[in-house]
Amino acid sequence: MSVPTDLRYTDTHEWVRIEDGVATCGITAHAQEQLGDVVYVDLPEVGATLALGEEMGEIESVKAVSSLYAPLSGEVVEVNEALEDAPETVNKDPYGAGWLLRIRLSDASEVDKLLDAAAYEAHAAADAH
Amino acid sequence: MELRRTPFFPFHVEAGARLIDFGGWEMPVQYAGIVEEHRAVRRSVGLFDVSHMGEVRVRGPRALDAVRHLVTNDVDIVDGQAQYTVMCRPDGGIVDDLIVYRIAADDVLICVNAANRDKDFAWMAEHNPFPEGATFTDEGDAWAQVAIQGRNAVPTLQKLTDLDLSTVAFYHHAPATVAGVEGCIVARTGYTGEDGFEVFLPPDGAAAIWPAILEAGAPFDIRPVGLGARDTLRLEARMVLYGNDIDDTTTPLEAGLGWVVKLAKPDFIGKDALVRQRAEGVKRRLACLVVERRIPRPGHPILHEGEVVGRVTSGTRSPWLEKNIALGYVPRPLARPGTRLAVDVRGRVADAVVVKPPFYKRDY
Repeated sequence: MSVPTDLRYTDTHEWVRIEDGVATCGITAHAQEQLGDVVYVDLPEVGATLALGEEMGEIESVKAVSSLYAPLSGEVVEVNEALEDAPETVNKDPYGAGWLLRIRLSDASEVDKLLDAAAYEAHAAADAH
Repeated sequence: MELRRTPFFPFHVEAGARLIDFGGWEMPVQYAGIVEEHRAVRRSVGLFDVSHMGEVRVRGPRALDAVRHLVTNDVDIVDGQAQYTVMCRPDGGIVDDLIVYRIAADDVLICVNAANRDKDFAWMAEHNPFPEGATFTDEGDAWAQVAIQGRNAVPTLQKLTDLDLSTVAFYHHAPATVAGVEGCIVARTGYTGEDGFEVFLPPDGAAAIWPAILEAGAPFDIRPVGLGARDTLRLEARMVLYGNDIDDTTTPLEAGLGWVVKLAKPDFIGKDALVRQRAEGVKRRLACLVVERRIPRPGHPILHEGEVVGRVTSGTRSPWLEKNIALGYVPRPLARPGTRLAVDVRGRVADAVVVKPPFYKRDY
């Protein structure tokens, strides 16, 4: 499975793309594959303040529920409302239309703590077995 | 412990199925995805490996009488007929739910849950009222089993057998050769809410029958279906799952299985307790819930006016109805359709309403 090299990752299988101090976040292709058909995504409200590593929501497949963790600290500036009607977008396009939310970073130095693609790929490979 | 594998295991690996430990068996939970597999069965036809299910054979002049003593239903069936029933403890708790297939007056096949196979066989052998006239044999290793389920199950399977499937009525069965595999039993039973068949076959026929069924079903876009969709299909049809919805602490009357309890029958294990419970009235019933917004899961508390009144025993997002559905025990007065309840989904309270069973009923 290819892991995009322009993104950063958490060990809890979120990805982030940083643009102008705002992180767009989603879950990785590996995570959606493990989860199966996504049928519900519960996201924080716009305006909510998140702390790094805090549980920020839930994602559910037909069979399982899994927590979402804030990959970075900051304020939620946008959530992907299209997922309410089409949660399966997370499966179909996890790095694109299946994004979850956008966070305005309060501490840009936290980005350095995230995994790069190679480190995440190794983590995901270990996790699969 | 080493996981057991069915004779179809190589096909699951080849198809790229995701495998899980289910009651000690390494089984496919999904191939393409639960939602897609579920919809394939509702729309057309699906193929399931259910070889993990257990089989017990009862033979002898008193085979039928022995089974009648062990189970709650009347087993008042003819050769080639089948019957769904439960087997109870003396206190009315359920040992297992099972299907009894009458092969002949002195020959009965019983299909039991995979996880209960050893427990059931031991129970039956121990409680056999006629050891002289009825012999119980664990035939779990002697049979593989596939299910072909959906509105196109008949045209799919008919290509592979000379047995005229139109002569096999619902909950009936017949011996047959299927895809060249001799010694099969073709039963019009299932666990999906659809028309279809469960085929018992000798395990060495597995290699021939799986690809033959997929080829015969190709014009109908047949899909292999894993245990994930098997669970969502059965739940939509309001079929109970042992270990979730029923177990040795629940009685068939509480579980809405009163239709398989024949209290007029002379004697059977659990009769006294069930007669008493029927006379006193059950205190709780397994209700069907539709839940708003949140997906209920087993163990979630069911609330009425803020008080916990029960627990979810099975719950999922329904892939066909696109609603959140659940089963759970609630006090009898609250089990009436239309009753407003709520479910505590990990700390968030979601509105729920009791609905008339089943969630899904086939229209053909």
